[in-house]
Amino acid sequence: MKAPRSVTNCLMLIVFAALLATVSGCSSKKDSKGPALSGDEASRVYVEPGKYDEFYFFISGGFSGQVSSYGIPSGRLLRVIPVFSVNPENGWGYTEETKPMLMTSYGFIPWDDSHHAELSQTEGVPDGKWLFINGNNTPRIARIDLATFRTVEIIEIPNSAGNHSSPFTTPNSDYVVAGTRFSLPIENKDVPISTYKENFKGALSFIKVDKASGNMSVDFQIITPPFDYDLSHAGKGPSDGWFFFTCYNSEMAHTLLEVNASQKDKDFLLAVNYRKIAELAAQNKGTMGKTRFAHNVFDEKTQTASTEWVEQVRMINASDLKGLMYYIPCPKSPHGADVDPTGEYISAGGKLASVIPVYSFSKMIKAIEGNQTDGEIDGIPVLKYDACLSGEVQNPGLGPLHTEFDDKGFGYTSAFVSSEVVKWNVQTKEVVDRIPAYYSIGHLTIPGGDSKKPWGKYLLAMNKITKDRYLPTGPELTQSAQLFDISGDKMKLLADFPTVGEPHYAQAIPADLITKNQVKIYKLSENMNPYAVKSPNETRIERKDGAVHVYLGAIRSHFTPDNIEGVMVGETVYFHMTNLEQDWDIPHGFAVMGNQNSEMLVMPGETCTLKWVPEKAGIYPMYCTDFCSALHQEMQGYIRVSDKGANVPLVATGGK
Amino acid sequence: MKKSSIAIIFVAVAMLVGIYFVPIWEIVLDAPQYPESLMMEIHINGMSGDLQTINGLNHYIGMKVIEPESITELKLMPYILAFLILFGIVTALLKSKKLLYAWFIILLLTGIAGAVDFYLWEYDYGHNIDPNAIIKVPGMNYQPPLIGSKQLLNFTAQSLPDIGAYLAFAAGALLLFVIIRERKSTPKI
Repeated sequence: MKAPRSVTNCLMLIVFAALLATVSGCSSKKDSKGPALSGDEASRVYVEPGKYDEFYFFISGGFSGQVSSYGIPSGRLLRVIPVFSVNPENGWGYTEETKPMLMTSYGFIPWDDSHHAELSQTEGVPDGKWLFINGNNTPRIARIDLATFRTVEIIEIPNSAGNHSSPFTTPNSDYVVAGTRFSLPIENKDVPISTYKENFKGALSFIKVDKASGNMSVDFQIITPPFDYDLSHAGKGPSDGWFFFTCYNSEMAHTLLEVNASQKDKDFLLAVNYRKIAELAAQNKGTMGKTRFAHNVFDEKTQTASTEWVEQVRMINASDLKGLMYYIPCPKSPHGADVDPTGEYISAGGKLASVIPVYSFSKMIKAIEGNQTDGEIDGIPVLKYDACLSGEVQNPGLGPLHTEFDDKGFGYTSAFVSSEVVKWNVQTKEVVDRIPAYYSIGHLTIPGGDSKKPWGKYLLAMNKITKDRYLPTGPELTQSAQLFDISGDKMKLLADFPTVGEPHYAQAIPADLITKNQVKIYKLSENMNPYAVKSPNETRIERKDGAVHVYLGAIRSHFTPDNIEGVMVGETVYFHMTNLEQDWDIPHGFAVMGNQNSEMLVMPGETCTLKWVPEKAGIYPMYCTDFCSALHQEMQGYIRVSDKGANVPLVATGGK
Repeated sequence: MKKSSIAIIFVAVAMLVGIYFVPIWEIVLDAPQYPESLMMEIHINGMSGDLQTINGLNHYIGMKVIEPESITELKLMPYILAFLILFGIVTALLKSKKLLYAWFIILLLTGIAGAVDFYLWEYDYGHNIDPNAIIKVPGMNYQPPLIGSKQLLNFTAQSLPDIGAYLAFAAGALLLFVIIRERKSTPKI
């Protein structure tokens, strides 16, 4: 969901209140707390202490900027992975090694709005290697390495704003996409907003992903009319090689979009033959536009991030891509663009639509061949709606948003306004079951539900409103996820649990595809951080280029050195701490009193650097912040800070 | 000696050769914090396993750092084993019953000597504790069992034969079998 929650909630609910009263058999409000459970739900979600869950779910954090990983069916929160937001809890974005990860062309940004998690795929099936996630506000895509659950790369997307239609992947993850939600002037120039139609453009970026390293680069951008690109998905099977984007605001409004972008009866689904366009791009089609954006990579050998500045980007005008892009009319303000496991059907949920259109890829190809068009927009032909349509799902609930699929030929669509999940038959388009969600469901997730191979056992609904679902916590409440059993004919509510931030979307995968690659420690012998120490004998202190560098070793239960003298007021001090442990789950933390910075957690075999600029003379304690051992409390030391010019030699002692 | 006895002796020799490639003994440490267990494996010429972690933990109780490089036995044992193997080959080639008895006895004595040495080594590490140890428990020693299981603070230490030891036992048993068989079949003069 992209609209501000309060606006959507208030107005949508008012608008549809009358409708709700008149639509029979569609009401989900019979019992606001839901039906009584039938009895065996508890055992379905009970995972014995010490036993593992069946699936990992990676749930986006929305305004938290992070990704949280949950075990399903228990709903246990496993870990919040810092991505776009600084995390003083472990030093993400505060340590010298991780600061470059949050660098952008706008400078260091401590936050973003993370919407859509996307697992890398091999032959159309999630492979558990990487997780991609978009930054919506300052357009970026991040890549998380699922062997370490660490964000290892963040690339900024030029000529883009509101990176919403992202980061959906092709079946072999050779590309992830970034369709812009806000159209902008190319190179983002200073122009009157009223010149929207002339000066603003919608860029669809195709980001190449290196098969071995995972490294991302912007391969090309397609410049299209200034619509708002909402969501997308790659084709697969017969439709492999195509990408489908939904867009709204075909009215090209730039103010009060709520009304002005809701005038036309239909917006569009844009079909893009990206494979052919990629071939053209490789032959230098288009122009290299001037730009400047950040590409941040975390080097796992040196455990250090760096920023590379990219100065140009390939841009291809849609009007120069005859026969490779088509608009297909789509009922009002579509959201999800979802391709079924066979790759033949594409459904597009229209938030203001009363039906879900299900397009047929083979019919679309016939319509292209038979030239069944209805005019064109900026050189892009508009295909006839009926010519591409397989059928419409009637009475799919109000505000259908997003569809995922199971492995038995059913689609499951979230209906935001009527707050329910609707199950329908992909072949017949008949609704076969519906179940309320509490409340105002946005996206939903089935493990592998947007891939060639859904594991159709569970469905997770991600809800925008919780109200009375949990013990109240003042005006600011948690958001929630709800777990449904979809293994039978009838969907069954099993459990719900609070989420971290706003859960926009999740991806899920059987646990063993992740656990088999897990890293337990970083090998000290392979630590290439230039500031690493490999044993307590290498620890030291030095003054270099006007800064003090302390090379610290941490091992249960002491720092070496742990007494430091000779630091002057106003000097920059870098603590380079290496965790010398080679034992699983023995992190050490590090914090200094009065440091206008975070703490840092250092994993076994890793080196991290924390900066400190003391402003007053005196004695400053430092200590380990992670309860590492029985003598954790003893893991402490002192730093003496003297006034400038004081005759105190720089020394570091300890370990005796 | 019967041809089949010679063959069995060669099998026993092959088993002894096998000891070079597998661990002989293992010490497994279990604690609430280590559900995955810590392991120390003793080979004919060295040690493997979580030695670094075990040494890290041992510093709390003031145990000496276990450094395989500085343990003399681990340097000698490969030669002792080579001698035993050669002895076996010569026995088989000469088809000498006397040598066979001698070989069996040497093998037995080597085994006993090994066990005694291992016990003394464990005793040394378990008792010679740094007086400045962080954790001091009056009357406590940290000697792991020679064979079997023992509780050492939060750790359950299990000391067990590994493949190499089983190969040695099996080789010994085969020899004993050959000796008994040959004695029975010896015509009385």
